[in-house]
Formats: sequence, structure tokens, C-alpha cells
Amino acid sequence: MKKKKEFMETAVHGLFLCLGLITVGCVLLITIYLIVSGLPAIRQIGLSGFLLGKKWASTAPEPFFGILPFILTSIYGTAGAMVIGLPVGFFTAVYLAKAAPAVLKTAIINVVSLLAGIPSVVYGLVGMLVLVPGIRTFFGVPDGAGLLAAIIVLSVMILPSVINVSVAALEAVPKEYEDASLALGATPTETYFRVSVPAAKSGIAAAVALGVGRGIGEAMAVMMVAGNAANMPSLFASVRFLTTAVACEMSYAGGLQRQALFSIALVLFFFIMVSNAALNFFLKGSKKR
Amino acid sequence: MKKIVTLICTFLLALFMLGGCSGQQGGKVSTDGSTSMEEVIGVLGEAFMAKNKGVTFTYNPTGSGSGIAAVKEGRCDIGLSSRSLKKDEKAAGLKETVLAYDGIAIIVHPDNPINDLTLEQIADVYTGKIGNWKELKGKDGPIVLIGREAGSGTRDGFESITGTGNACKYRQELTSTGDVVATVAANPAAIGYASLAAVKKSVKALSVGGIVPSEASVKDGSYVVQRPFVLVTADEKKLSPTAQKFYDFATSADAVKLIAGAGAVAAK
Repeated sequence: MKKKKEFMETAVHGLFLCLGLITVGCVLLITIYLIVSGLPAIRQIGLSGFLLGKKWASTAPEPFFGILPFILTSIYGTAGAMVIGLPVGFFTAVYLAKAAPAVLKTAIINVVSLLAGIPSVVYGLVGMLVLVPGIRTFFGVPDGAGLLAAIIVLSVMILPSVINVSVAALEAVPKEYEDASLALGATPTETYFRVSVPAAKSGIAAAVALGVGRGIGEAMAVMMVAGNAANMPSLFASVRFLTTAVACEMSYAGGLQRQALFSIALVLFFFIMVSNAALNFFLKGSKKR
Repeated sequence: MKKIVTLICTFLLALFMLGGCSGQQGGKVSTDGSTSMEEVIGVLGEAFMAKNKGVTFTYNPTGSGSGIAAVKEGRCDIGLSSRSLKKDEKAAGLKETVLAYDGIAIIVHPDNPINDLTLEQIADVYTGKIGNWKELKGKDGPIVLIGREAGSGTRDGFESITGTGNACKYRQELTSTGDVVATVAANPAAIGYASLAAVKKSVKALSVGGIVPSEASVKDGSYVVQRPFVLVTADEKKLSPTAQKFYDFATSADAVKLIAGAGAVAAK
């Protein structure tokens, strides 16, 4: 009897180990595959020519593979989305976690979860049919598709991750902290911003990192509103992100062009690794203090 | 522990067994060539495999030039080319059969007063020589050029017919015909190109040099923004029975509807 129990225990243990290894295996497989298929093109084009080249013309008889416009667009686009999305998400989270009445809170949290569940292609579609013509008439430019449209779409898309993670972090702040602050005569608003928010700092930093990750990795919605011409980024210009550069051309690409697309994916992968590493660094730093 | 390992191994092996289920009996048809023909040949290949159980149909999207070379060197049964064969290629013993015509419509917003452009005007617009609708006797305002992504068959077709290869100054590069139509329909200053079959009432298809694009004008060649989809075979080498069967199927009346569904005009 005891032996059987022991056997079951090891069996379940082994099963879970296998399942856990699947995830690790996937990450390893993708990393190795990206590096192996991304390096040859970089070696052929040259690292500085690839990363700092300003011209991308992959199917021309004399092709150019410079991805500086894509890198800058991805950085500007994500930064812009954070500039718009972060304040909105952050203040929403403070309100929801601390000040909102229970009924309203449940309602808003549900709506935010719904926002997270909307497929990115739907964001893209609405952006393409409503936002792009809107920008065109509002600003009086010939065409509305471009960096600004992408920033607006991205800022809405990062809201759910920013709000959800921030709310969780703010709610985890011990009530005693706030009670002490209130007892000392601070107003509720002072308490939220001087006590609760600093106490939830690391969680809010995580929300920012999550938002950056979501923004930099989004392809579908951006592809439908950004215009996709390989220009240097400016607010109303048609631009191409790192993600859309890969997605646009992959279906028909061959030869060096295809390899270069893998190299772009490798650069994108590197960016996401850096943002994750930065996040870990900040989280650890705040825990030590 | 041993038992678990055995169990897992059995499970994995069972999975691999499933992979082996695709049958290998029956003949094989291999095609090679034009990426523009991907949709047409894909639809035909699927229908052919559905009709003839056990037949394997392969398509290698390499480009018209490589497809023609592959037939010449006997690396595939049927080559696919989205241009007519050149004289020297015919002299080298290759035979062309026009399978279908690919008509590309030039589309603008329905409110745009312009109805007709010449091929030269279209080329000038797309290379940026003409940047304002006023120069074409339209309303004053910049022209917004909508196109397809690099590598798209429609883009390749449009650029090769208008002679604007790699010189187009696109404002937007979209990844599907539907996106192009929707974008042009939403912007009064836009001009775009799309497969003729995909043009809807939400946009206006321009006539080119006075010829209105239609199935008839594409077929008789009077509408110039079009190109043939060609099946290339070797003259002296006989097709294998299966390949011959596919060739007959693709050029039969049954295929007309399938070809139209894939956005082209059947030659029959």
C-alpha cells in the first residue's frame, strides 16, 4: 500500500517535471533558432550597416538592409504609448484600488478585463476605419496612417496590463500603513500618493515593464494603422515597427531578405530581453531597501 | 519510475505514428515558379488533391524565372510563370499555356472626379513625378499612394506592368487586398491597386487609356494593366500521367470557377 502511494507521488512528480521542461524547452528552442537563423544575415550585411543603416529596400536589385528606422520607430512608438497610456492607467488604478465605491470598481474592472480580451486585429480594424480617417480630418494631413495612429492604438492596448498589475500592487499595501497616515492627520489623497503609491512602487514598475513589453511586441494592430513604409519616424509619417517589418514581408521572402527578417526578429528579441532584465533589476533593488 | 518513462515513451511514439498517416500511394505533381500565382495554383492544387485521393501536389514558390529554369532542367513537372515566355525560352523547347489573366484595377475614392488615367500617368503618380491631383485635372490636394508590401504578387505585377519597379513612393504598404480597398474607400485623396476580382462598390476602378477594366477587356487584352499566368511545359518531354491529369484539370471548364475565386480571369 505504502509502495503504491510512493509510486503515485513520484509519477506525479515526474509528470510535472516533464510539463515544466516543455516551457523551458520552448524558450531554448526559440532562442537557439533565432540566433542560428538571425546571425548569417547580420554577418553578411555587417552589424553597423544593419543596425545603423537608414535605408531598407529588401527586394530592389541592389538591396539595402538598414533597420535604424524600424528600431527608432519601435522605441518612439512604445515611448509615446507609455506617455499617453501610463498616466491614464496609473490614475485609474489608484482610483480603483483606493477611492472607488465597490459597485463602480467591479464594473470598471470588468470593462478593463474585457479590453484585455479584445483581439489585436479588432483594435487594428477600428483604428483603420475610425482613427486613421479621424486623424486625417482633425489634423488636416493627406493621410492619417502613421506613428501617431500607432501610438494611440498602442496606448489603449497597454491600459489593461498597466491597470490590472497596478491595482493588484496597490491593494497589497498593508492597511496599517494607510491607517497610520490618516491617523496622523493626512488627507486620503495625501495618503494614497505619499504612502500607498511609494509602498507599491515595485508592483507599479512591473506594470510599466509589462506595458513596454506589450507595446514593443505588438504587430497586428500596428500593421493596420502605421502605414508600413520604411521611413524615419515622425509623428505623421508612415512608419514601420520592428514587429511589422518582420510580419509584412515574411510570407513571400526568400534568400538574404528572409535571413534579414530573422535578424530583425533577433534584434526585437534582444530588446525584450533588455526590458525584462531592467525590470528584474528594479524589482530586486526595491526589495533590498 | 521506469513505468512512467515507458508510458511517456509510448505516448510519444503514438504521436509520431499519427504523423506517418499521410498516404504515399498515387502519383506526384510538382510545380515551381511564380509567387503571384500562389493563390490560383493553391486552389487548383487543393481541388485536384480532393478529387484524386492519394495524389501529392507540391508548389514551390520561387519566382517566374526560377520556375521556367526548373522545367528546362527537369526539376519539376510544370513551371509557373506570370509573364509570357521570351523568344529564346521558346526556342529552348519550352511550351506555354495561358491558364488565366491577372487583371489589376487602379482604384480611387468614389468621390474622386477622375475617371481615366493613362499608363504613363499612373507610373508618374507612383514614382512621385505627379504629386497633386490638380495636375491630373482633379481637386487640389496631394495624392496618397497606397500599395502592397514588398514581395506581394500584385505589387510585383503592378510595378512590372507600369515599369515602376522599386521606384514607387508609397505612403502606405498594406498586406492584403482587402486592406488596400478599405483604405482607399476611407480616403478621398488615395489611389491604390488591387486584383480586379476584389474591387467592390466602395471604391471606383479607373479606366486606363479609355478602357474600362472588366473580365472581357482583360481577356481580349485591351485593358493593359494585366499579365498572363502561364503553365510552362517542356516540348519534347512527355508529362507523367498524373501531371497530365493536373494539366487537363487546370485548363478544363471545371477550373474556371476556381480560378475566378482566386482573383484571376480564366483564359478559357
